[in-house]
Amino acid sequence: MVEANNRSGPSQTEWGQIAESQPFKDLMATKKTFIVPAFVFFVIYYFALPVLVGYAPQFMSTKVFGVVNLAYLFALSQFFVAWLIAGLYVRAAANFDRLAKDIVEKAEDGKGGK
Amino acid sequence: MANISLVMFLLFIAVTLGITYWASKRSAGSSAYFAASRQIKGWQNGIAVAGDYMSAASFLGIAGIIAFQGYDGFLFSVGWLVAYLTVLLVIAEPLRNAGKYTMADVLAYRLNPRPVRAMASISTLTVSTFYMIAQMVGAGALVKLLLGGYVTYNKAVIGVGILMIVYVVFGGMLATTWVQIVKAVLLMAGTILLSILVMAHFHFSFGDFFGAIGHVTYHDAKGQQVVKDFLQPGLRYKPPYGPLDLISLGLALIFGTAGLPHILVRFYTVPDAKTARHSVVWAMALIGSFYIMTTFLGFGAATIVGPDYIKTHGGTNMSAPLLAQALAGNIFFAFISAIAFATILAVVAGLTISATTSFSHDLWTNVIHNGVERKPGEEVLVARISAFVVGGVAITIAILLGPTANVAFLVALAFAVAASANLPVIVFSIFWRRFNTAGAVTGLAVGLLASIGLIIVSPSLMGIDPPTVTGAARHLIQAKALFPLENPGILSIPLGFIGAVAGTLLSHEPTSQHKFNELLVRSNTGLGAEKAGAH
Repeated sequence: MVEANNRSGPSQTEWGQIAESQPFKDLMATKKTFIVPAFVFFVIYYFALPVLVGYAPQFMSTKVFGVVNLAYLFALSQFFVAWLIAGLYVRAAANFDRLAKDIVEKAEDGKGGK
Repeated sequence: MANISLVMFLLFIAVTLGITYWASKRSAGSSAYFAASRQIKGWQNGIAVAGDYMSAASFLGIAGIIAFQGYDGFLFSVGWLVAYLTVLLVIAEPLRNAGKYTMADVLAYRLNPRPVRAMASISTLTVSTFYMIAQMVGAGALVKLLLGGYVTYNKAVIGVGILMIVYVVFGGMLATTWVQIVKAVLLMAGTILLSILVMAHFHFSFGDFFGAIGHVTYHDAKGQQVVKDFLQPGLRYKPPYGPLDLISLGLALIFGTAGLPHILVRFYTVPDAKTARHSVVWAMALIGSFYIMTTFLGFGAATIVGPDYIKTHGGTNMSAPLLAQALAGNIFFAFISAIAFATILAVVAGLTISATTSFSHDLWTNVIHNGVERKPGEEVLVARISAFVVGGVAITIAILLGPTANVAFLVALAFAVAASANLPVIVFSIFWRRFNTAGAVTGLAVGLLASIGLIIVSPSLMGIDPPTVTGAARHLIQAKALFPLENPGILSIPLGFIGAVAGTLLSHEPTSQHKFNELLVRSNTGLGAEKAGAH
């Protein structure tokens, strides 16, 4: 509680008003449409690796070219999928930044006007 | 050989002490000391995160596991990178937006600060100390091996301990950051060079390289010569419990990395959440490239040096340095060894600053003195003093354990605590309106105790050894392990989440729900976030 006193800024009511406002709800909805599916996808894609390698080692040992097998290729693909998701997130986040900037500017203007 | 190594070690120490001297003049005041005035650039912080994260366990440990157990070792590499998606998507930006110096700052917004900070600090100190001891035992053993003529194990541990104390006490976060950047650049350079040399050995033919991996020849424990395909899964994780252990390890990495205190504090060193995001992307580029190259380091050591030779010349952890020696002689061996040494120093410095920040900012200022810094500079002074204490404790324990102690489980434990105690409460406090103080304290306590308890009854500490096994190599508890997995995550992470949910539902705290709006808006928009300071 002491910490809250050290900061100047909006009151609890004002925080509540921002949280209930349409622009903020839009920001949260926009974030959710990207982050939730991206998180679920990468968790499933990642855990498919130990599950398949652990419980279907014969299948994963299938050789694709030379001695290079499915297990190694799937493990290697994880790196590129992780980078891809990170890249897509950065692109989507530019949109979050834009929405958040509007909210912050509006809140700070409101403060200044009082 | 030891001469060249010694020169390179001293060179690295000289450079880092120079950095510390430079940083010491820019570290006055809490924001400067704990968060480098929040003026680290995105790419710099990204490299520093990589330097903070890629420990000797990665560089020497994973290369060694691949050299001896092939493909299964490479599975470690995958998890260490993918874990950063949790950091990127869930943790980094809200933390930077809502916090000041520690993860507890975020929890303290809407929960009762004192109990929450006290528990979060205990968890932070536990993770950091365990991880630090593992690194220091490794450092002592490594330095002894490389500079055997000059330095004993004890002297090496004391030396590493003193250096990390000096970086942190005099140079604070700014010095720690640049030590980590220098180390990350060296580590990447060494790894790229080593990978090129491995491919040169195979005349830059991937066909030849993978062909050799398909036929690794060595002698097994019974002295029989065997030829194995090292790309085949299952050399390490065998039934019945191997696959479960693998999944459990994955859980600890994916959910634990985003709860490691020494990684989290790095996001306070940048000006804003957008820069924090970019620094994660930079870190992922470096960390991913490094772990893909463990293919060349590990399989290179298996095919070019061979497990038989490594076993009689220092053991698994020496795989990467021995590979360097086989490919380009003693100078390269010394260079790779010096990089391993730099790696350890950068990681322990990061651990020390995160432990001292939590002790000083959470326990001293906010729990003991109710959030009031009684005189200017007190918080930094207490942090400096606690760096000596943390360093002293780590040195003492590392010396008591000795060079042959099995410390790999301490790293598993650190990740398990981070995933089971820290992550659930951070996530709930940012995303769950109903969450409250009782839930946070219970979640932290259950996650911490479950991780420690399960490690104690796991095969890491329990087992029956034949009388031929002596000294530190013997299991601590001579009985059959009660929990069959080396990684407790699969059980301790759900327990941590359940603890946090149960504590919340069994209590009622209207203020925490009322103040949720503030944290929600702050963490998602950056409104009112800590600004970068001037020097």
